[in-house]
Formats: sequence, C-alpha cells, structure tokens
Amino acid sequence: MARTDGKAPAKSLFTADLIVPAIADAFRKLDPRQLIRNPVMFVTATVATLLTVLLVIGQEGLPIGFNLQLIVWLWLTVLFGTFAEALAEGRGKAQAASLRDTKAELKAKRLLAKGAGHEAVAASALHVGDVVLVETGDLIPSDGEVIEGVASVNEAAITGESAPVIREAGGDRSAVTAGTRVISDQIKVRVTVEPGQGFLDRMIALVEGAERQKTPNEIALTILLVGLTIIFLIAVGTIPFFARYAGGGIPVAILAALLITLIPTTIAALLSAIGIAGMDRLVRFNVLAKSGRAVEAAGDIDVLLLDKTGTITIGDRQASEFRILSGIDRNMMATAALLASLADETPEGRSIVTLARESFGIATTQLPKGTEVIPFTAQTRISGVKIGDSLIQKGAVDSILKANPGIAETAAATELRRITDEIARAGGTPLAVAQDGVLLGAVFLKDIVKAGIRERFAELRRMGIRTVMITGDNPLTAAAIAAEAGVDDFLAQATPEDKLALIRKEQAEGRLVAMCGDGTNDAPALAQADVGVAMNTGTQAAREAGNMVDLDSDPTKLIEVVGLGKQLLMTRGSLTTFSVANDVAKYFAIIPAMFTVLYPGLGVLNVMRLASPESAILSAIIFNAIIIPMLVPLALKGVKYTPMEAGSLLRRNLAIYGLGGLIAPFVGIKIIDLAVTGLGLA
Amino acid sequence: MTWQGWTLILLFVGILVALAKPVGLWLFAIYEGQRTPLHAVLGPVERGFYRLAGIDPDEEQSWKRYALHMLTFNLVLLLFTYAILRLQGLLPLNTPGMVGLTPDGAMNTAISFTTNTNWQWYSGEAALSNLSQMLGLTIHNFLSAASGIALAFALFRGFARRQANSLGNFWADVTRVTLYVLLPVCIVYAIVLVASGVPQTFTQQIVATTMEGAQQTIALGPVASQEAIKMLGTNGGGFFNANSAHPFENPSAFVNLIQMLSIFLLGVGLTYCFGKAVGNTRQGWAILSAMLILFLAGTTIVYWQEAASTPMLHAHGLTGGNMEGKEVRFGIAASALFSVVTTAASCGAVNAMHDSFTALGGLIPLLNIQLGEVVIGGVGAGIYGFLLFAILAVFVAGLMVGRTPEYVGKKIEAREVKLAVLAIAILPLCILGGTAIASVTTAGLAGPLNKGPHGFSEILYAFTSAVGNNGSAFGGITSGTPFYNGLLGVCMWLGRFFVIVPMLAIAGSLAAKKYTPATAGSFPTTGGLWVGLLVGIILILGGLTFLPSLALGPIADHVTMTAGKNF
Repeated sequence: MARTDGKAPAKSLFTADLIVPAIADAFRKLDPRQLIRNPVMFVTATVATLLTVLLVIGQEGLPIGFNLQLIVWLWLTVLFGTFAEALAEGRGKAQAASLRDTKAELKAKRLLAKGAGHEAVAASALHVGDVVLVETGDLIPSDGEVIEGVASVNEAAITGESAPVIREAGGDRSAVTAGTRVISDQIKVRVTVEPGQGFLDRMIALVEGAERQKTPNEIALTILLVGLTIIFLIAVGTIPFFARYAGGGIPVAILAALLITLIPTTIAALLSAIGIAGMDRLVRFNVLAKSGRAVEAAGDIDVLLLDKTGTITIGDRQASEFRILSGIDRNMMATAALLASLADETPEGRSIVTLARESFGIATTQLPKGTEVIPFTAQTRISGVKIGDSLIQKGAVDSILKANPGIAETAAATELRRITDEIARAGGTPLAVAQDGVLLGAVFLKDIVKAGIRERFAELRRMGIRTVMITGDNPLTAAAIAAEAGVDDFLAQATPEDKLALIRKEQAEGRLVAMCGDGTNDAPALAQADVGVAMNTGTQAAREAGNMVDLDSDPTKLIEVVGLGKQLLMTRGSLTTFSVANDVAKYFAIIPAMFTVLYPGLGVLNVMRLASPESAILSAIIFNAIIIPMLVPLALKGVKYTPMEAGSLLRRNLAIYGLGGLIAPFVGIKIIDLAVTGLGLA
Repeated sequence: MTWQGWTLILLFVGILVALAKPVGLWLFAIYEGQRTPLHAVLGPVERGFYRLAGIDPDEEQSWKRYALHMLTFNLVLLLFTYAILRLQGLLPLNTPGMVGLTPDGAMNTAISFTTNTNWQWYSGEAALSNLSQMLGLTIHNFLSAASGIALAFALFRGFARRQANSLGNFWADVTRVTLYVLLPVCIVYAIVLVASGVPQTFTQQIVATTMEGAQQTIALGPVASQEAIKMLGTNGGGFFNANSAHPFENPSAFVNLIQMLSIFLLGVGLTYCFGKAVGNTRQGWAILSAMLILFLAGTTIVYWQEAASTPMLHAHGLTGGNMEGKEVRFGIAASALFSVVTTAASCGAVNAMHDSFTALGGLIPLLNIQLGEVVIGGVGAGIYGFLLFAILAVFVAGLMVGRTPEYVGKKIEAREVKLAVLAIAILPLCILGGTAIASVTTAGLAGPLNKGPHGFSEILYAFTSAVGNNGSAFGGITSGTPFYNGLLGVCMWLGRFFVIVPMLAIAGSLAAKKYTPATAGSFPTTGGLWVGLLVGIILILGGLTFLPSLALGPIADHVTMTAGKNF
C-alpha cells in the first residue's frame, strides 16, 4: 500500500507559502461576526477596542508610550489567535485548491458499445455504470472499480504520497479514485459514483473545513473558558471599588491588562487550531472522518472489533503440514495434494505446491496433458483434477465426505475427523484430500499471525482497550488464533447479525466500540459502532454507513485512528491545563504592580523582583501574547502521544503542562522584564 | 508552637479519620433507606410523619421535582420563622419581655437560619425569647442540616444511578436524616454537654451577687440542646453572642474537642458514604485526603501565625503568642484549630474572635470560606461543593489522558460543565460584588469598626461568611443595619440556593447517563496524583479569584503592620 509506516507525510508547518496567506487571514478574521465564535478572544478584542478608543479620546491617565504598548500587545494577542486558526486552515486550503484544479481538468474516455471505441467526455458527464478507458498518463476521471487490466497509479493528488501503487481488476485493490494518475499500462474502470459525490468532492469539503462544526467536547471546553472569563471579569471588575476604599484609583488600562492575562486566552486562541489540525492529521493519515465528533469518539473507544483476516493474520493462509491417514503412503498424499493444487492459483494452492516440493521432494511441475481441472465453487466447496480415470479432490472436510457416499462411516473418516479437530484446535484450517473415493489425509492450512501484532494488543490492553477478533472460523480455530495473537476475546462463526448484536451489547454496558468493515452486510454494524471505519475499496453501502473512510483500506489503521483521537483530546487538555496554571505567575506579576500605589508594603508579593510596576504589567501582557505563537507548533502537531495506561499519561502530562505551566511563566515573565527594562520600554 | 498543640491537632485528625468509616456506613444505610436498629423505635414515627403529610416515601422525584419540593419546604420554614421573630413579643416563653425584631432584622435572621448560615447580627441572649430560639431557630438547625445531607444524597444518586430519571424522594431523605442521624446523635450529645456543665433550663436569667457585691444578671436557657445541633449540623448560631467562647456553651477543653469533632463528623462520614454509593470507597478516601491536606495546611498557617504573634504586640511587651481575643481556657492551638474547623466546615461557631487574629492568621478562615467551604464543609454542602470542583478538575485535566472526561463512571459533558461553572461563579459574584458595594457606600462604610485594610477585611469577611453560609463573624463589624441585614440576607439566599439548583440539575443530568466502566485507560480518580490535582484545582480556581481582595485586606493588613503602620 501507499504507506505502511503509519506516518503522515511530513510537511513543514512554517513555510512562507503557508504563513503569508495566514497573516492576511488573521486580519480578515478580526471581523466581529467571526470573532464572536470564540468568546474569550471576543472579550480580548473588545477590551483592546475600548482601550484604543480611550487612548484616542485622551481619557487615560497613563504615560502615552506605556499605554500604547499595552494596546499593541492586546491587539497582538487577538491576532496571534486568529493567525493560529488561519495557519491551521491554511494547509487544508492549499490542499483544497490543488484538488479543485485537479478536478477541473478531468476528462474521460467513455467506452461505447462493445468494440466501438470510446468518446471523449467531461468527467462531470459520467454516471454510475459507465465504463471508461484510462491509459498511461491519463487522470482517472471518476471513482470506480477496475474491471480489466492492471496499472500502476500515482495517488499523490489525494494522499500526498508519490510512490505509485498497483490497481488491478478483482480482489481488494480494484478501487480507484478520481484525480489519481495512471503512470503505466491501461485499465478499464467502471464508474461507481454520480458526479459531485466522489471522494475528491468530499475531500475538498473536508480539508477546507468550510462546514466545520464544533465538536461536543470543544463546546464543553468553550463553556468552561467562558465561565472562567466571567469569574475573572467579576474578580477584576470589583477591584476599582476595593481600591477606592483604600483611597486610590486603578487606571482602566491596567485593569484591562490584568483581565486579559487572567482569562484563558492561550487555550482559547489555540482551541480551533487544535481541532482543525487534528482532523488534518487524520486526512494526511489517509483516513477521512465525516465529522469531528467521530475523531473525538475514537479517543474514547473501549472495545476494538478487528477482523481476523488482514488485520490480525496476513490475508493468506499457508499450508504448513500434511497430516496423513494411517496406512496411506506419504508420497501418495503429497503428490495428490500437489496435483490437486497445481491449477489452483490462490496463495493457499501455491503454498500446498511449495510444501509438497520442498518437504516431500515431489518434482512434478505440470499437469499431464488432457487433465480436466475441476474449479472450486461455493456450492461444492471442492476443487480438484481428473487425470484419466483418476479423480483427486481437495476441499472442506464435510464436503469431501459428502461428495463420496459411503466413506463417512469408515474408520478412515473417523480418523480424519480426529485430525481435523486437532488442526482446528491448533488454529489451522483443515483441507481434506481424497483420491478416487479414498481418504488420504488433510492439509494443515495455517493462519499466519502478523508480526508484532501481539505487542500492539498488549499495548492496547495497557491503554484499557479490549480487542475482539471477528472471524468466520469455527470456535476451535478462532480460540487458537486468538490465543496466539493475544486478543482479549473473539467472535467465531460471526455473521453480520452477530457483529451487530455484539456492538449493541457492549454499548449497552456503557462501552464505546470501533470496528472496520467493507462489505454491504457490514453496513448496519458500521452504522451502529461509535467509530466505524469503512475501507475505501469496500462497497458504497459500507462507505456510507461508516463515519470514517480509510483510503488505504488497511484495517490495522483502526488502532492508529484511536491514537489520533486520543492525541487530539490530550492536546486540548494539556494546553488548557497549561493556560490555567499560567495564571498564578501572572497574578504575582500584576497584583503587586497594581496595588503598591495603595499599600507600598505589597511589594513583597513581587516574588519575581520585576523592575517596576510598568515593566511588570508589560512583561505579563507580552508573555501572555507571545506564548500563543510559541505554542502554535505544539497545537498543530499535537502533544506527544505514546500508548500507556492513563495513570502514567496523566503523571507525565501533569508534570509537563501542569507543573510546567506553573513555572514557565515565572521564568518567561522575568526574562521579558529584563528585556523590557534593558530596552527602556518601561 | 508547642508539642501539646500539635498533639491536639494530630489527635483531632486521627479521631476523625477513624470515625469516617463507621459514620459513613451509618449514613449509607440511611441513604439507601435500609432498616437500622433504630427503626424498631423510630420506624413508626417516620411512617406517622408520612401518613400525616400524605407522602409516599417511595415515590421517586425527578431533579426538578426534588428541587421544587426542597425550595418550597425551605421557603415555608423561612416565613414561619420570620413570623415568630416578628411576633415574639406576643408569643409565650418570653419571660424577660423581648420585643419583636424589625422587618429587616427578622428577614435576615430567618434567611440566615434557613440557609444553614446562622449569621447573627444580634446578641441571642439580649434579643430573642426562648420560643424564638427553640422553635424559630433550632428547627432550622435540624432541617437545614437535614436538607443539606438530603441534597448530597441526591447528587450521590446522580453519580450512582444508571439511565435513571429520578433522584429519590426529598421528604423521605429529610425525614430519615433527621430521625435516624441528627436526633439520636443530638440527644446523646446534649446529655454529655449537660453532664459537662452546659445549662439546659427554661429559666432565662438569674441574678447573682458578685464578690464585690454588685448585681449581675446571668443569662441562661435551653443551651445544651441547641449547642448539640449547632455543631453537628454545622449551623454555628450560638445561644450566646460569645458563641463557643462562652463558658456555658463550651465549658472545658474536653467539650471543646468534642465540639470540633462534631462539626466535622457528618462531613467526614459523607465522604465515605459517597465512595460507598458509587461502589468504590477509595473514591471517598481520595476526597477526604484532599480535604485533609487543605485542612492541615490551613491549620499550620493559623497556628504558626498566632503562636508567632506580631512585632507590634511584642513591642508592647506582650511576648509569646497572640492571645488577644482568645479564651485563656483554650489557648492558641485549640483556638487556631477551632477557627480552621469552623470555617472549613460552614459551621461558623467560634471559640475565639477571628477579628483579633494576626492578619495572616485571619486570612485562612477567610480563604477557607472563599474556597467554597469544601474542606470537609457544611453537612451535605461540603461534599456537593467539593464534587462540583471535582467535576471541573476532571474536565480540565481529564482530557490529558486522551478521553472524554469521566468521573466515577459518568461522562462529564457540556451540560455538567455549564452548571458546575454556574454554581461556582455565584460565590465570587456575591462575595466580591457585595464587598464592592459595601466598600464604597456610606451605609456600608458605617459597618466596620476598624479603618484601613483591617476594616476592609471585616467587610470582606461579612460577605464571605454570608455567601458561604458560614455565619461566623470576623467581629468588629456592626451589621444590624437595614443595609447589611438586607444585602447579607440576599447573599445568604443566593449563596445557598443558587448553588443547590444547578447542583441538582447536574445530579439529574448525571443520573440519566450510562455508566462507563473504568478501564486502564480511564482517568484515575483515586490515588495521590488525583488528590494533588484536586488540591491544585481548588486553590487555583477557588482561590485565585479572591487574591486581589485578599491582597487589599489581610495581606495589606499584614504588610502595613510589619512596616509599623497603624490605621
């Protein structure tokens, strides 16, 4: 697949082509109608406006230079906030613009009736069911399914990854996306979406963040920030009365400075940038979330339902052993198995051939002339060959027994059943082999558990997430594989209804469930799950039902999606804690500066030994402003996330952002104070 | 500071911790409506009350209904007491011939006792008849305490119930708490007090001839019965103006210790009861630990400041600790401890004059109330106030583990945050708003005895005490004026019910939620980290708001005093 290392392509946050438009947008976002969406920044802007007006009409008693500096820093606080948001949106916007360009130039070669060649049409004229020809160098005009041919396709326009991927007819690599380019060979593609509903269109809407809604957690956090703002408005608003009691007055600009440093401007400025960046990370991870709510829910997941095949085991089973019935010649069994599999091009068939050659030294490489191949069908569940009069059959044990009347009661059949039970218990799938109505033995097809998956599950367990393996295998086989892979639970012989029932049961017990799926019959379960990741190669029904679509169709990514959700919430929490903890130092900067006129003794509260009341106030307001751009990279990249149990995560983040948030401003304000005094600004 | 002093403080904490579980288990039985040994005697009484009032104790109430019944109940009791206080001159049991209170005075007192504040602008022995004390006020001492515990129960049920739309029955909770908790303890407690020398008589005063031959009128009355519930119900309204500094209310060091313990008894028990209710007693111990850390820190500061005294007193030859305004019988440690206990809980009884404490020694009682009286706190009110902070602490820090915040299995979302902020914001609004008005108006400025920052502290303390429903007085302030009676009355009302209603709404919202089982990925709300976090959040959210006012009050008082300046 395009990327398997699980990392989004690195693109620097601070390139000129992102920063310059963001600066312009930062000013555009000062529009009060936009600003009101962020109440804390709205209050800041209102206060800045008020001070500006007071300065202009000359109602303020402070030295003009000092007052001017305060006002400039207040406006910068607001601008840094709008800049952070603009920068977060910037990457999406640039991406959307290039996606639009791509879309505009899409042309299609629509195939006419059989053999009649093709006609050139605009991509927007294509409808579901049309078949188009895409040749080397062409852009694929619409989302669809390859129905003929193999091609290497560059999907950089969508995924940002330029290494080409193979798309071929049949199997799970058949889906192609509009806007990607065929760089070699040619394919025929059947269109699967109507114009305007393709992946490209959804992606444009998503990355632009045009209809970005605040997520539930973001709303709750905004309420808390508004609450804190109101509380600090009360705390600051009553100070003039107290000062009057003490026989003095406090200039409005200084009260304003205290208010703005106390209200949670830092987190308020970064809140929407964090949300946008979180969605963006997911997009660059090739997962499309249909809503921010789904990303948040991903962080809360308690149970992961994982399909066995492709997620826990590598997709193809391998023959690992021939189990031969007593009295049967070893080589006879190996030869029969090999002959029955030579025409079988599935990986399982090939692995049987390999096993026969390497472990039994059977040299046959070709079927004798005139051999009749019996293909596998879902009805018979048997395949094989007929060489002359000799019939070799290979297939599910029950089917073989059924296909050969009379042998089910033989001692050989009893022995075969015992062997198949053993194989199942060991996590394998048995395949019976019979020649001319005589049972020879069974092929042990082994599921190969992916390397490293066991450790991943242990990691998830430490994070408190339970993994449940979903498989169509019988309970014996499922139990063995479950034990080998280290999942917490399994659902064997799972039907789509079983899956749905399991999700409902977990949810009724208060747990949040994530799953991935691709088939139409997965759709109800995908819709029921709190996080349902549909594979992009999956059916349209599945893609509609899930609340995320994985472009790479890699079910293992479910685990990473959970991590990204957690990272988003952690970033928000960490910066909120940091912002609130900052207040302590700001108080100790401004309170003594403000009140020493009233009671000179209150200078003892000036624990940072700041040079003068003016420099103290200025330093606090400067710190409060510049901490915003300093934290922008963290807000956009997200705080470091390593899977571990909640207690350790809390300890680490509390130490960094809680304790750090308490200490950092003491140091920062002191340094700024030295600079401000050194430069003679106050 | 002396080793005897520290022994007292540590002994006090040790006894409390030992009592947490047994008291908590008893409260839990009442919370659950379980049958206790007392039911054999009191069961018929309980059922009799229900029959008389036509109440079905098993009828479940939604949070709105619970709140409505609680408010109606309190409002009716308020009017009842208002009437008694106004008409006491015409009513029986009024031997010395007290006249009815003024409208503002009666209103203030009625609100004060209804809200478990027990702010007293008057001297009990000089203004109230025995009927007023016994019927008008003591009834609130029981019922406001019972209401507080009932409300805490309602919130516990919010956390404990799953997808439920009700919080229990207010009438059943109040009746059961009164009958099975408050009454039995108070009866035993009052007898112990009587045995220790506290008066219990209908005689309102006796006249004695002193050694010098002068005539002295000594006030008496049914003191022991009121004293018991005054402490146990964290009411704090003394029979006498001198409150627990009066030898008839608090005759000995032993009684003093019992009084302090009884202030915290139910509050400590409720922390254990909470843990039990949510199915994990460690949750309760975590809360109690956070409370005790704040408590011990406060006690240490007060004791240290009072023992160190001030340079000014030293300059006048008054060496040793600051004994101004303290009973010699109790000394510095027991007075310092009492002051922290009474303000940490919303009791408000005093055995020393907080006004006479050193500036920083007086800051702690003030701060204790400003933090929302969540350090053990008033009966019921302490734990539900604390849980509001816990909700905010979980919300702020809980995100840091990468999950939507949860507390004891309930997700904390927008609605809970909104209501918790609303409930917590009422404190600064009323305390700072009221102080702001009083500190610039003539009527307000007429109140404080002192000038300068100490006078400001007196005003600040009055509003803090009223809003926090504490009721202790810094002393020094003359508050029996229509201005203070009116404004403080409003503050007491807002400080109680504008916290309770959002709190009940939270309980209702929580009860309706699903229960999310805890996993290794859940935010840990037991253990040292959480305790530290709670302490931090309470100090930052609860304390920082008041720093400017504290800077201009006690802290300015301290620094000017250190600089040798008097006002």
